[in-house]
Amino acid sequence: MVDTAALAPAIRWANSKALEILLQGDPVLIDVLPAKDLIPELKEHTILHAGPPIEWDRMCGPMRGAVAGVAVFEGWARDLDEAGVQASKGCFDFHPNHHFSAVGPMTGLTTCSQPLLVVENRATGNRAYCTVNEGLGKVMRFGGNDESVRDRLAWIRDSLGPALGSALQCCGGIPLRPLVARGLTMGDEMHQRNVACSSLLLRELAPALASVVADHGDLSEMLAFMGSNDQFFLNIAMAMGKSIMDPVRNIEQSTVVTAMTRNGTDFGIRISGLGDEWFTAPVEMPAGLYFPGFSAADANPDMGDSTIVETIGLGGFAMAAAPAVAGFVGAGSVAEAAGITARMREITLGEHPEWTIVSENYQGVPTGIDIRLVVETGIVPTINTGIAHREPGIGQVGAGVVKAPMACFEKALRALGERLGIS
Amino acid sequence: MSVTVNIVRAGVFLDSVVLMQISRELTAIQGVEDAALMMATPANWDILSDAGLLEEDTMAGPGDLLVAVRAQDRAIADSTLQRAAELMERPAQQNSTPRELRPLTLRSACRQLPDANLALISVPGDFAGAEARKALRAGLNVMIFSDNVALAEEISLKREARDLGLVVMGPDCGTAIIDGVPLAFANVVPRGDIAIVGASGTGMQEVSCLIAHAGEGISHAIGVGGRDLTEAVGAISTLTVLDWLERDVATHHIVLISKPPAPSVVDQITEFIRRSSKSYTVCLVGSDNLALPDNAKLTTTLKDAAATAVTNSKGLEALPAVQRAPVAGSYVRGLYSGGTLAAEAQVVFLSHGQPVLSNAPVPGAGLFTSERTNHIMIDLGDDRFTRGRPHPMIDPAVRDEPICAALSDPDVGAVLLDVVIGFGAHADPAGHLAGLLDRHGRSGSVVIASVTGTDEDPQVRARQVSVLERAGVVVAPSNADAAELALACLNVG
Repeated sequence: MVDTAALAPAIRWANSKALEILLQGDPVLIDVLPAKDLIPELKEHTILHAGPPIEWDRMCGPMRGAVAGVAVFEGWARDLDEAGVQASKGCFDFHPNHHFSAVGPMTGLTTCSQPLLVVENRATGNRAYCTVNEGLGKVMRFGGNDESVRDRLAWIRDSLGPALGSALQCCGGIPLRPLVARGLTMGDEMHQRNVACSSLLLRELAPALASVVADHGDLSEMLAFMGSNDQFFLNIAMAMGKSIMDPVRNIEQSTVVTAMTRNGTDFGIRISGLGDEWFTAPVEMPAGLYFPGFSAADANPDMGDSTIVETIGLGGFAMAAAPAVAGFVGAGSVAEAAGITARMREITLGEHPEWTIVSENYQGVPTGIDIRLVVETGIVPTINTGIAHREPGIGQVGAGVVKAPMACFEKALRALGERLGIS
Repeated sequence: MSVTVNIVRAGVFLDSVVLMQISRELTAIQGVEDAALMMATPANWDILSDAGLLEEDTMAGPGDLLVAVRAQDRAIADSTLQRAAELMERPAQQNSTPRELRPLTLRSACRQLPDANLALISVPGDFAGAEARKALRAGLNVMIFSDNVALAEEISLKREARDLGLVVMGPDCGTAIIDGVPLAFANVVPRGDIAIVGASGTGMQEVSCLIAHAGEGISHAIGVGGRDLTEAVGAISTLTVLDWLERDVATHHIVLISKPPAPSVVDQITEFIRRSSKSYTVCLVGSDNLALPDNAKLTTTLKDAAATAVTNSKGLEALPAVQRAPVAGSYVRGLYSGGTLAAEAQVVFLSHGQPVLSNAPVPGAGLFTSERTNHIMIDLGDDRFTRGRPHPMIDPAVRDEPICAALSDPDVGAVLLDVVIGFGAHADPAGHLAGLLDRHGRSGSVVIASVTGTDEDPQVRARQVSVLERAGVVVAPSNADAAELALACLNVG
């Protein structure tokens, strides 16, 4: 028999430790390097994907499309059809990004030759990785896989990635904590909206880039690519989130969520007190707005590792900082956005001391999701997200807002209860 | 043959979410095949091209806003472009100021109001205990409005509260006035030096209002829950509250209202009073069998409780002279929304030697089953009547049917009613009753009522009284007086 009353202070202590590590996170973007140099396990025919573990036969359309595209891109298959046959024959080794200190948006595929952003958490010394953002529309993360998609990936691999790496080494890295703080005051929430942070980043990066890229034409092309991509910062925010949350893992008895992620089929969460175990439930459909020519009938269910930004208190949790994003599901009023952030405060343990929201009198974003509060209040995390076409090869069709499924949190709480001897 | 039309608004920027919202609205127009507003960036250009929304000769740059419509005919396309222009120029909605963000949990409520020291809990009874425990552990006193809280849970909560130096008011605590702030069902009464502690909501309301009518006021009115003075609970909350009031400089006299308490707790209460420096009125509705120290007076009606608490010369309002009405029936039918008011009426009848039946009988009264040829006092607020229905204080219509039945009953000479107003109560119970009596028409019986409330209440007592009097109801100054009047009408008092 367990003394449940005696457990409460132990859980409180574990969670305060978790929150302390979370809030002390000091992420710095330090480099861009080929994935195979950063993740030794990433051999040929190994594919890391978004979300909790999944095999080919359960993958959704856009993830299958991206798998075929990346296999051709890596030279493992001659064309998309052959790649599909190989995948169905089990020729590829699939693993979640999360198992290798990495994250990826939407389909989130990571393979050996892609360059990865490297974010180092200077408070704890660990590093986390994410691919470079490809831009909007028909791109691999949304399941796009045609030649234009593969050509862009090749240019990122051969030109942009190495240049960014050199530039970051040249300038000594870019601290992300203050950059995100500024972005929040400028209307970004770092998931759906990265306009300010992308611009701030480019402003810091441009001088170093100019000093390492000799050819003016190449430099111009790189600056134009980053400058025209409002979501360029998303992947950096994700690596940042991963670098902040990884050290929060494995604190005995802690009920804090350390990862939320989706593979287009399942939604999975991890909690600190239960280490690397995934608690999954079917993903939900986002509600949102669609690009011309598309509607909700075309939408794939929720997908991507990008929910790591909600896990650290940005994205849907910081909606009050980016009221326009609330327009994807409602009228987009300031009050609606504030209401969403207020609801997230009901399920979180703390507030970030530097990531503040101007319209809320500089109150910090709510952070440190406690599964006990989620289950007790019935309030699940609100997630801002892009929407992929359900068929392979098409790409992004819209953007919106989605809820994390309650079942994940209930399963995790039950498992923790069993672990602690409460039945 | 469909028509595609583009308009370029050079140098105009609008947020992409706003543009997508407008696009969705345009797409919903009858006859529109597709429509989009986008900044003409290269990426968006591709999307518009794939969607078949570009005219061949359209020219626009990344800083320009492109409005594109594909419609069944030119007229629809033109009107859609017109609509797009209207939507882009629509002023911001006026009601976009942030509404008050109400906390959804005790945890965030405490953050918003860190100095709060009391939580009022009104959730289904099965969950009230858990919420109350959370509140206690957050250092808050607790008022449990919820009913259907298990006795064992009540005992456990009250013991925990006692250990923490806190109090649990309730469960089923419907009335409180803390430092002048009314909670749940309560009346607007002046501040004064009389405190009321009670296991009964309507009893505390009646006493506080009668004190107010007499020109005095209330320091606090604190409910402790109907079971607090039972042996099982052991008066934990009552003793805690009495201890607080002992030290409260604003309180000079304390009125304790209860059903007859368990013998084991009587000693504790009387011992406390004996040591106390303050004066007391102990109102045990239905029992006069209790020895009290010199600083306490025992009463059996709420009216007497108020009268003994008031020290000024004005006293309570006198009973009006009764004009004996010719009534046909021989019995009184009391139909009450307040349980303690029904009990007080029984006490009045018993004091005149009149036998009385009730669904909630006081000592000496009989249990009502189906016998109609008796004086009968029904507590319509009893759980049996309110399950799945609103309480008659909130919705007076639940009393309509029994009132009509009583008025049509040839054995009934007088119908006795309570009308409770104040916060939480129906907006116009007298108006409702007047309407019912008007529809029902005159009958041989007289209707007698009292109004528990003050002129400062939202319903205004004087207005309620005059509405009742215009409807032919005899209105007494107190509930006990109403019972006396009923007996006088029948000429049996």
